[in-house]
Amino acid sequence: MSVELIVFFAFAAIAVAGALALILLREPIHSALALVLVMMSIAVLYLLLGAEFIAAIQIIVYAGAIMVLFVFVIMLLNAGEEERTNLSRLAHYAGIPLGIFLTGELAWFIHGVAGKLLSAHAGAVSTRELSTLLFRSYVFPFEATSILILIAILGAIVLAKKEF
Amino acid sequence: MEFVAQHPILVVSVVKIVVLLILTLTALAYLTWFERKVVAHIQSRWGPYFVGPHGLLQPLADGLKFLFKEDVLPPAADKFIYLLAPFLAFSLALTTLALIPIGPATVHILGQPTRLVIANVDAGLLFLFAITSIGVYGVALAGWSSNSKYSLLGGLRSSAQMISYEVGLTLSVVGVLLLSGTFNLSELVEGQQGRWLHFIPRWHVFPQIVGFFCYFTAAIAETNRVPFDLPEAETELVAGFHTEYSSFKFAMFFMAEYANMITVSCLATILFFGGWLSPLPATWTWTHSIPAATFLLCGVLLLQDAVRRHRGLRQIALCVLSAVLFAVAYACSHPGLIPIIEGPFWFLAKVLFLLFFYVWTRGTLPRLRYDQLMNFGWKVLLPVALANLVVTRYIVLVLNR
Repeated sequence: MSVELIVFFAFAAIAVAGALALILLREPIHSALALVLVMMSIAVLYLLLGAEFIAAIQIIVYAGAIMVLFVFVIMLLNAGEEERTNLSRLAHYAGIPLGIFLTGELAWFIHGVAGKLLSAHAGAVSTRELSTLLFRSYVFPFEATSILILIAILGAIVLAKKEF
Repeated sequence: MEFVAQHPILVVSVVKIVVLLILTLTALAYLTWFERKVVAHIQSRWGPYFVGPHGLLQPLADGLKFLFKEDVLPPAADKFIYLLAPFLAFSLALTTLALIPIGPATVHILGQPTRLVIANVDAGLLFLFAITSIGVYGVALAGWSSNSKYSLLGGLRSSAQMISYEVGLTLSVVGVLLLSGTFNLSELVEGQQGRWLHFIPRWHVFPQIVGFFCYFTAAIAETNRVPFDLPEAETELVAGFHTEYSSFKFAMFFMAEYANMITVSCLATILFFGGWLSPLPATWTWTHSIPAATFLLCGVLLLQDAVRRHRGLRQIALCVLSAVLFAVAYACSHPGLIPIIEGPFWFLAKVLFLLFFYVWTRGTLPRLRYDQLMNFGWKVLLPVALANLVVTRYIVLVLNR
């Protein structure tokens, strides 16, 4: 077994374990940290594919910014243990079959296109190529996304600022 | 040797990591000594003086003190996170140093050629920012898990502060990236070679002076240092996020803070001050003997001090130290070693200057109030960094046309 394969399986296992911990742990901050673990191990998987830029951005944006805000809010509200309601019991019983169904569907789909996926693996993508692609060919979707985010920011300000 | 030949990268990396760790931990210890000495002299005091000559053994004594103190675990703390936080802070702070290149030379470790950096990553700068951006967790989790009001307030303050200033920090660096066009830290330094008017080095600090000031201000805030040390404002919050930590866990936070200072200064050197490049033109051949001359001068000063002001064991210790410096100076004057030593020498000299600047700020400025801090970060630093970015982008566009 090559080193890359060992690293892949190790971090894939960590990602899955983190995702399970995210759902199963009762304390919100533990769940948030488990999610950080998932993000970080996914970043390592990107690194294995040779996508350095995506890996770094994955850590900066998800682990470094969004999850920090999550943790910050949990700390600010000093949220205690999760409460169990009737609805969460429903999710408990309906969730497992649904999860198995989705995983099966995904596995079936991936199995169908496995050969194509392997051939599409092009190797390392440099940051320069990526940015050329982003700012030349896909500049319109990129700008559209930025406007969407701007609108979301404005919405957040309007919601947060009650008195005008 | 067979194992070395089969796994050259692995063995060489392990050797480099061990060397870097030993050097960094020593540097961290003596950075505390340096800070106490400089602040003391700013305040017309002597600073540490009694443990060893010039207080040189003070860091060792402090380290032993931390080791032997009682390790208190607050009963109401979230145990796992309480124990995790200092490790997280310290290990992340040390990890960033692996990305810092300190010299251009290729050295041979166990017969394998290698450069003076542990990980020469193509997106090095991004990885550095990635690691520093998750450094917030150490502080925030320490504050939360201690289950104490002061710790929680300190942790909240510091996470708010670090998030706010990270924006300014990242934006102030984009100007340099526009000028150099690379994320690789080694290439960033190599892009600053050359001179304007045959004399002024082509360092990014000259066209990006505004960017540098934004970067350094934000960096001081990121590392929670005076005048932005609100997370541990001792007049309001006892000790902020590490109030409940004692013994070696406290020492880990302490060392993490100093390691972050070193990283930030190294990055400023690489981005703005030309990294390992000499400030003097390479055509002046006498500049190659500056490292040797500096060590020689330090050795002479130390010897003079030993002979005039010290007696007994201290005198002997100082004489031995100056002898070591003479030996280093002799080694530096060896023509085969000059190309290897010159790069790290200039790099470390610049880093030391920036660290002095750090300590100087601490000795000079009072602490800001929390609202002042937030106002400054969002209403002054961010717009200035943005304006700098817009102007730089425009000039780069016009020049490249």
